[in-house]
Amino acid sequence: MKKLLLSSIILITAIIFLGRLSYLQLLDSSNQNPLEDTAIKAEYDYPERGHIYDRHGELLVANQPSYDVMVIPRDVKPLDTLEFCNLLRITEEDFKRKFKKAHTYSPRLPSVFVPQLSKKEYARLQEKMRKYEGFYIQKRSLRHYQTDVGANFLGYISEVNERDLQRNPYYQSGELIGRQGVEQQYEEVLRGQKGVKFIQKDRFNRVIGPYKEGIFDTLPVQGKDIYLTIDQDLQEYGERLMQNKRGGIVALEPDSGEILALISAPTYDPALLVGRERSENYTRLYYDSIAKPLYDRGLIAQYPPGSPFKTLNALIGLQEGVIDENTTFTCYHGYRYGRNSFMGCHCNSGARNNLNRGIYESCNAYFANVYRRIIEKYPDAEEGMAKWENHVRSFGLGSYLGYDLPNGKPGKVPSPELYDRYYGENRWFATNTLSNAIGQGEVLTTPIQLANLTAIIANRGYYYTPHIIKNIENDTIDQSKYKTKHYTTIDAEHYEPVIEGMNDVYNKGTAKWIKIPGIEIAGKTGTAENFTKIDSVRVQLTDHSIFVAFAPVDNPKIAMAVFVENGYWGSRWAGRIAGLMIEKYLKGEVESERMEQFVLEGSLEEEYEKPLSGKPFSINDGSKMMYPPGYGPYKPKTGTASKSIVPKTTEPKSTEPKSTE
Amino acid sequence: MSRKLDWISIIIYLILVAMGWINIYSATYSGDGGSIFDLDTLYGKQMLFIGVSLALAVILVSIEAKFYERFAGVIYLMSILSLLGLFVFGKNVNGATSWYAIGGMTLQPSEFAKAATALALAKYLSDIQTNITDTKDLLKAIGIMILPALLIIPQPDPGSALVYASLFFVLHREGVSPLYLYLGFFGVVLFALTLIYGPVWIILGMSTLLGFLYYFMNRKKKRLKLITLVTIVVVTGLMSFSVDFIFENIFEQRHRDRFSLWLRLEDDPTKLEEIRKTIGYNTYQSEAAIGSGGLHGKGFLEGTRTKGDFVPEQHTDYIFSTVGEEWGFIGSAAVVMLFSLLILRLIYLAERQKTSFSRMYGYGVASILFFHFAINIGMVIGLLPTIGIPLPFFSYGGSGLLGFTLLLFIFLKLDANRINEWL
Repeated sequence: MKKLLLSSIILITAIIFLGRLSYLQLLDSSNQNPLEDTAIKAEYDYPERGHIYDRHGELLVANQPSYDVMVIPRDVKPLDTLEFCNLLRITEEDFKRKFKKAHTYSPRLPSVFVPQLSKKEYARLQEKMRKYEGFYIQKRSLRHYQTDVGANFLGYISEVNERDLQRNPYYQSGELIGRQGVEQQYEEVLRGQKGVKFIQKDRFNRVIGPYKEGIFDTLPVQGKDIYLTIDQDLQEYGERLMQNKRGGIVALEPDSGEILALISAPTYDPALLVGRERSENYTRLYYDSIAKPLYDRGLIAQYPPGSPFKTLNALIGLQEGVIDENTTFTCYHGYRYGRNSFMGCHCNSGARNNLNRGIYESCNAYFANVYRRIIEKYPDAEEGMAKWENHVRSFGLGSYLGYDLPNGKPGKVPSPELYDRYYGENRWFATNTLSNAIGQGEVLTTPIQLANLTAIIANRGYYYTPHIIKNIENDTIDQSKYKTKHYTTIDAEHYEPVIEGMNDVYNKGTAKWIKIPGIEIAGKTGTAENFTKIDSVRVQLTDHSIFVAFAPVDNPKIAMAVFVENGYWGSRWAGRIAGLMIEKYLKGEVESERMEQFVLEGSLEEEYEKPLSGKPFSINDGSKMMYPPGYGPYKPKTGTASKSIVPKTTEPKSTEPKSTE
Repeated sequence: MSRKLDWISIIIYLILVAMGWINIYSATYSGDGGSIFDLDTLYGKQMLFIGVSLALAVILVSIEAKFYERFAGVIYLMSILSLLGLFVFGKNVNGATSWYAIGGMTLQPSEFAKAATALALAKYLSDIQTNITDTKDLLKAIGIMILPALLIIPQPDPGSALVYASLFFVLHREGVSPLYLYLGFFGVVLFALTLIYGPVWIILGMSTLLGFLYYFMNRKKKRLKLITLVTIVVVTGLMSFSVDFIFENIFEQRHRDRFSLWLRLEDDPTKLEEIRKTIGYNTYQSEAAIGSGGLHGKGFLEGTRTKGDFVPEQHTDYIFSTVGEEWGFIGSAAVVMLFSLLILRLIYLAERQKTSFSRMYGYGVASILFFHFAINIGMVIGLLPTIGIPLPFFSYGGSGLLGFTLLLFIFLKLDANRINEWL
């Protein structure tokens, strides 16, 4: 025993030491991350963010330097506060308050003392700065907007938050990241790559030299400039036309899929989201839950497409061979398809419409017949519906389309499964889904989807994926994605009669009041019923005004969809706006001054006030009274043929009230 | 003669000295790589010390082995005198008067006193007239051990003084009852437990424990006197209270903080953080440096914390943290194993000695080296409170290296001579 005691103690000690060492060096990795090594400091060099130009090379977004006065409270030496305060244009109380705040945050770490000095203030301060130990100036780069339009697709930049930090290890706290629009979509292109220098420090935080002779250091890579497909003039004009209205406009170049204008109204000046006021302004925009200026209606608002959808049903009918150009249906001031089911129409009773007339008069009964024939061509409704759905989806409806912007909604295309769930298998028929004939009911589209549908018709059967990127400086974008033609299931020959009908809409149909001298337009009006909920009760509002158009008919240069919320007749607002924008784009200037004046001066604010007023209100220019909950004889509309569908789109013949012209 | 030297020990010694120098080079390297013999640098000086130590080693093994036994008393006396002389001629460095200044060099006599004391103790105990079971002789032996410690404490250098306690292993090997060892161990445990739980709980705990013991022993008809047990409880209680009293009233705050950190006494996280940054700063930084080494370490001269001088006293007492950071687990485990191997080898050599003097001296060498190794590395890896003693052969310092070389090579000479003992 006495011979072994010391030896055993030595062995036990060695084992304990090895255990402790393996804990410290092998198991506990908290000290092994070089970025958390107190002896190494990473210093970043941020490249300038790329500029953004429009399709003609007009500068939309540039950068401006901004200078923050920083303070490290511990390092501050006694100073001439009076002079310092004068230079910074702050009072001595401010100085004391700010200093105390910084000191409370941390005596060792830098805090912003006075943010965002202008260049002039900075110049004055710069030469005296060395007198004030503990204070220094940090340069930051902020966005400088050369335009006041396009806030919705440009997006903005702001500091990264916790989620960004977790998701992407590239970012460090306090850095800037693109949000929304192209700033988000092309973040990596615009941002470039920050450079980093690792610096070896001693325990007094003094720099000893580069860490490992700088082998891990990287140089910053400049952000690249990008060119958008947007036409700034058209965008600006469209935004002006949409003032005091709500809605979305998307204009495409059909033979390339380039987005010429992407308008969401109401909108805001992108400069609001820059600099000292950013957060306050953002909060104000964010909490405007009525006008929703941050809600990009061109991409994410899902509206019933209304009558423009009839063109698609016409195409499907022609492709399926259930109609031809000369197929004629009689309209009985509507269409009766069951004991209690009637779809109203504005045609005179007994009017005999062929396809052309069906389109330009926008006859509900005509398309109810077409739709029934399509579905009923097949032994059962499920199969017919599946065929129909397949055609509709080939137009990009019901999908995100794959454009290069971070926002989107797929819209809705009903499938046989949907109705199976509603009614049970084999327990429904074409008539149950008849609203689909006229773009009401289960169909929902976003403006960009409808614009794409119009571009397909303009192209006679195919589309390119809509995109907003035209060019990246010194770089080729992945062209293949935007250079691939997507063909629909409809053969090219079937487009001509439909286009002819759309051209007649403009020449003698529902949009004949819109005349743009020298330009042949093909269009289609739409007037879509819509509802809101007031105290959980479904209440109908004034119809949405919708118009799709492309021009010139023979060689289309622009295809667009216009939605004006609660604007009533398709031709009243949306049609005029589309006409004016087409004129602006094709001619460069607008001659239709009276029409322009009507749109610019017109306002729908009164209409938007109605459902919020809490009082009974009239919709569709007083033709109907709506009673919010708690008021008199309002009865929610129920009891028509189907649970899901509330058809009855009216599109009166030549009813554009003359008084407003 | 050299054939009889124990080359295993010598090789381990040389490896440790070389590793020590490499790590001192790294810990004190300033980036402008001068000559490794540049005497303006600490690593250059250490290179000189290594040269002198090797020369000393050669001289030590050349001297007649009987010299050490014969002159043990004289050597001891001289080293006691040199310690006494510090009170008059000592030079104060960093608050401790432990050095003589000779020319540009300083000399620390306490480093040599270890070997002298080990020699003297061995000499006294191996004397035929000494009977270790006799209390008077035992007290004399303990006196030889304690005298240099008493002279070193007021320098102040409590760490070096504590080393002499390790010589108790020699006494134990020679037949002194292990009771003292157990008592010492019990004392340390009692001290720690008192600080953690307070004296009241200690007394309650002891009473319960002994109560059970009394009950079971009586059932087995092994009569334990109640009075003995009560005495144990009372003595324990008194000791516990005195520990408490000494800790609260005699210790200074910095000492209290050291123990607070060691025993994790502080619950308040903000206070604990404060202790970490002040008194626990060394331990915290050294643990962080070692931990950052990982399995392979960062490589020679690549230790970021070593370069940044984050660990204080890194070239002396905390040299092991450089090993941990730059050579990783592989390097630090190798050092631990080399030390253990060397000490075990020395015990093996001691056991094969034919004279009790050589055996006892060998035990003394092993005990002293072990104590340094255990306390130093225990402190650097955060298992023991901060006690400032160097790591043998590793830490920077001429006196230390020469002192340990002296200690080791006298024994290696004695071992080499064991065949000729009768001459």
